[in-house]
Amino acid sequence: MEHLRTPKVENVRLLDRSSGQRKASIGTLYLSATHTIFVENNPESRKETWVLHSMVSSVERPPTIPAGSQLILRCKDFRVFQILIPQERDCLDVHTSLVRLSRPEKYSELYCLSFNPNVNKMEREESWNFIDLMADYKRMGVPNNLWVATAANSEYRVCDTYPSELFVPKTATPAIIVGSSRFRSRGRFPALSYFHQDTLAAVCRCSQPLSGFSGRCQEDEMMLQMLMKSNPGSDYIYVVDTRPKLNAMANRAAGKGYENEDHYTNIKLQFIGIENIHVMRSSQQKIIDVGEMRSPSMTDFLYGLENSGWLKHIKAILDAGLFIARAVADEGVSVLVHCSDGWDRTAQACSVASILLDPYYRTIKGLMVLIERDWVCFGHKFSHRYAHLDGDPKEVSPVIDQFLECVWQLSEQFPCAFEFNERFIISIHTHVYSSQYGTFLGNCQKERRDMRLRERSHSVWPQLWKDRAEYTNPLYQVELSQSQGVLRPNTTPYCFKMWKGLYNHTEKSTPPRQSPADFLSAVREESQQLEEELTNHQERIAALTGKPIMWEKIEVPRRRTSHLRQTHRGPDPPTTYRDTITSPAQDNGRKLSSEPANQKTPTQDPDLTLPLGPHTQLKSSNPDDLSTRSDLESGVADLSSCSSSRGDDGKDPDLGEAVFITA
Amino acid sequence: MQKVLSRISQLSCFQSACLCERTSLAQQQIKRKDNQFVVFSSGQVMEFAELIKTPRVDGVVLHRPFMPTVEGTLCLTGHHLILSSRQDNTEELWLLHSNIDSIEKRFVGSLGSIIVKCKDLRVIQLDIPGMEECLNIASSIEALSTLDLLSLMYPFFYRPMFEVIEDGWNSFLPEDAFKDLESMTDEWRLSEVNKDFSVCPSYPPLVAVPKYVDDDTLRKAATFRHGGRFPVLSYYHKKNGMVMMRAGQPLTGTNGRRCKEDEKLINATLRPGKRGYIIDTRTINVAQQAKARGGGFESEANYPQWRRIHKAIERSNILQESLIKLVEACNDQSHSMDRWLSKLEASNWQTHVKEILTTACLAAQCIDREGASVLVHGTEGTDSTLQVTSLAQIILDPACRTIRGFQGLVEREWLQAGHPFQQRCAQSAYSNSKPRQEAPSFLLFLDCVWQILRQFPCSFEFSEGFLVLVFEHAYASQFGTFLGNSTAERTKLSLPEKTVSLWSWVNRPQELERLTNPLYEANSLVIWPSVAPQSLLLWEGVFLRWNRSSKCLDEAYEEMVHIIAYNKELQNKVNSLRRQLAQLETEDPLLQTP
Repeated sequence: MEHLRTPKVENVRLLDRSSGQRKASIGTLYLSATHTIFVENNPESRKETWVLHSMVSSVERPPTIPAGSQLILRCKDFRVFQILIPQERDCLDVHTSLVRLSRPEKYSELYCLSFNPNVNKMEREESWNFIDLMADYKRMGVPNNLWVATAANSEYRVCDTYPSELFVPKTATPAIIVGSSRFRSRGRFPALSYFHQDTLAAVCRCSQPLSGFSGRCQEDEMMLQMLMKSNPGSDYIYVVDTRPKLNAMANRAAGKGYENEDHYTNIKLQFIGIENIHVMRSSQQKIIDVGEMRSPSMTDFLYGLENSGWLKHIKAILDAGLFIARAVADEGVSVLVHCSDGWDRTAQACSVASILLDPYYRTIKGLMVLIERDWVCFGHKFSHRYAHLDGDPKEVSPVIDQFLECVWQLSEQFPCAFEFNERFIISIHTHVYSSQYGTFLGNCQKERRDMRLRERSHSVWPQLWKDRAEYTNPLYQVELSQSQGVLRPNTTPYCFKMWKGLYNHTEKSTPPRQSPADFLSAVREESQQLEEELTNHQERIAALTGKPIMWEKIEVPRRRTSHLRQTHRGPDPPTTYRDTITSPAQDNGRKLSSEPANQKTPTQDPDLTLPLGPHTQLKSSNPDDLSTRSDLESGVADLSSCSSSRGDDGKDPDLGEAVFITA
Repeated sequence: MQKVLSRISQLSCFQSACLCERTSLAQQQIKRKDNQFVVFSSGQVMEFAELIKTPRVDGVVLHRPFMPTVEGTLCLTGHHLILSSRQDNTEELWLLHSNIDSIEKRFVGSLGSIIVKCKDLRVIQLDIPGMEECLNIASSIEALSTLDLLSLMYPFFYRPMFEVIEDGWNSFLPEDAFKDLESMTDEWRLSEVNKDFSVCPSYPPLVAVPKYVDDDTLRKAATFRHGGRFPVLSYYHKKNGMVMMRAGQPLTGTNGRRCKEDEKLINATLRPGKRGYIIDTRTINVAQQAKARGGGFESEANYPQWRRIHKAIERSNILQESLIKLVEACNDQSHSMDRWLSKLEASNWQTHVKEILTTACLAAQCIDREGASVLVHGTEGTDSTLQVTSLAQIILDPACRTIRGFQGLVEREWLQAGHPFQQRCAQSAYSNSKPRQEAPSFLLFLDCVWQILRQFPCSFEFSEGFLVLVFEHAYASQFGTFLGNSTAERTKLSLPEKTVSLWSWVNRPQELERLTNPLYEANSLVIWPSVAPQSLLLWEGVFLRWNRSSKCLDEAYEEMVHIIAYNKELQNKVNSLRRQLAQLETEDPLLQTP
């Protein structure tokens, strides 16, 4: 609190530039220990805007104008607020306070250590056990007769940035692990990231070898040999150096570098060419600028996009992941991935590969597990990269932003493959920066243990899990092929798009943009309620008539058609033609009813064939009956009015209905 | 009449031949019947057989990106290139010759390959064993795909194998559109001044004009407008009674000619004391230069009640070049990200999309927000003008966002308004021949509609597939809808009598079902699209359609359809149970508890 110069300023104008707001709103600005809060004066809306101090990346003070003094707040989630304060003195106070508050110097100043999401001690402790990595290793079939857990790094003795629990080849003795770690940058020796049960090939990770121009290490060479041997299906491994070859070569002068293929038997070295954190930092700044451009021409925009190089970098990371996934799944060859320290590009490449290889990581829980394993536990330097504390700006870089964007780009290519939606990805992005929870605090597991974060803060994952309904992709279907097996994305440049959800919040169109995903989520939710209602009605009817309940399956045959059909222009009309090539797969009409199927099921209610609008029946019911209606029915009325609002106003009702009666 | 009847019987004979091909591919028969047909009708048309040097080759391999290769027999008929593996349930390729934009030949030893590039932007490769066969096939395709004579086009030979519920040729007549207008206002009349196409050859015989302007005034105004395209009504905005008109450029020339009748005509559309806007789709420089060639623009002095705004929609040849560059960029898979983005930028396609949409938004804004009437023109008034007037209607009028309404819009604002489809769509992005009057004006319009559809995915009754379908048929079709350059030409060719309308095929329940957007919720509002470059995307459904696998996107679409269909089915079911329950409750008095 000592940094708060002023708690409240009135008659402030605020303009949310990133949401495309054009007119500033007038209100009162409050500064708390954790948030900047703006409350609109407008008595009708009293809209509140909350900005967490830790989300503020910069506070600029442009020259004073006659109307007052200005502040520009840039946030880590790329929102931009413009604030106009009448008195220069107040503005100065707010500025000084915010500059200090947004750059905490010690962890103890961080929000997560004061944030109390209204849960008790027990729940808090449980929250930290929500993600169980050992269970995930078990899920992928580890330990087994090839891979075992090693105690070598307990108490972080061998490598202080690694987790204490690690999996290595069964044959790797502590001596070999220690020897290998001495030959690797920061002691980050080769360890298992992902084991692919289908091919027995593994994705392993480490840091660069300290080879210089001619150095070698017997234990390290043996370690790689053991990695190879632990995959009975192949007689070599890929060593993927995710750096551009030139960078890797330059590192040799500093006594580091890459594996000499002459010293290691049976390795194939592959450079991928992901640029370093400094290049990425400036590239992201450029794409943020592109997103913020005000009325640019198409040329300005496309030139800016090209010039930022951002999509090129995203493509490089996706290509790295794809290379690893193909080696593991298609060739059955294990891969060892490293960059320099093995905590940035390596984390990106390994986690993208896991997403491509294993459908589990495409679920809500799975993505949490993946981030916990490849990023949090393997010592990705969250606090440095995302500037949780005031520190070296050269350490800051959008490394996980890029991973999350890769996931988003994939979800655009495979719309049904991910259980989560864009909102979930953006939420994770926000939490990585906000330090509202302890999950992403610190730079490695050891640091978090030393800070006793488990006792002093909360984990973000159970919170996100609680809100999963909001994060669910309505199109996700476990049964579909893209939700199973390995994803093989197309990485031709034209398959990449600028991620507007993150970099360009502004889309000035009225009425506001419609989101098909939200629409479909609402429809699915309504369907669930209807299913319940159906059950209730059936029970009620059974009770009234004294006949056993007629459970009925609601089935809708799937339309086997692509949305962009190849039209045929032969003498035959395309309709009849189509049927001969793709036989309509009747058996694919899935049963969606959640009701237990009764033995007597299938007879269709003849009423279904009458194209009666739902509202017509409602009107026909006697209004006097209202008193006798149960609560259930009043809920029904809501639903049907909602469904009638979907409206057949513009379309031929017969057509709309006809589609669904053919069941 | 006799002639027509005999023609129909011949056609059905041809039809049955084609059917044979399709079902069993009895090759001998085809050849005979095909020849027979051609010989039979050689009095009227030239012999296709003369152009087909080799009608059939076995062992041809078809390569298409993202699809399995097919080996089979290649057949050439008068209008089709057919490839069939002659096995049941395997896909056959039927390609209209008129869909072929260009071909390339390659030889490796005795194996020849023909790369066929289509107007719908697809590229396929046919490997043909035997040098001579390959050369013969190539030259036949070349000859058949470049036939210029309209009366030889496939639509004249095509007989529908579906039941025509409603003849699309009569679905969107100007007199019917005028009836709708009459129900809203009595300030307009339907003039027959162009009955015999003598006043304006590119206008339909009936046009809507201000009620108190007589035909003589129209005739005089027509002499003052490019191509005789005097100002006519394009759209009436019910909400505030404002109108949008379109015309050709005024022929002011260098010495500033004026025409009182033209001034009278457009001033008649203004409410007392109100000003209107003239949107000239060209930059002021281009408009100035047009004066030297007899064209020009409305001067402030002569049109004091009008404010002129210049925009910058490019001319046809520049748009065609842009299309060629864009398609080339999309087809080169070896690009780096930088190169792709810079080629995309250099093609300028997205710039054109932005410019056209911006101008359409401006027109819509003048009408809806400023409450002013608008006159739109460019040079001829047959390209950029129509893009603007039709898109403004998509923005303003919810009816144009329905399947039927969109057909009506294409009929009114493109076909009847005299967009020269025959000239503009003669070649697409691959053609090697010297461009004549080709331009992707219509494709750009569809692209803009897609951009709005993408921004308002629930406000359109049709799905993207409908736009793609219309694009394909504009360039090559079995239907007569897009043949010819104007109503006059279509009448002369007797298209309504001799060919089938695309709308006859579309407006059947099974097709409509497929083209319907499952997300559609009627939205009666004006929709203002964002024209920021960040909001405008490359139309993947057309430009990347053949360059990537569509499987996953198709799956997603199917899933979306299914979610909604299941919901509707549930609603029906619950409603019927609710009714049943209500009935049971009224029947049983004991249940009428307090």
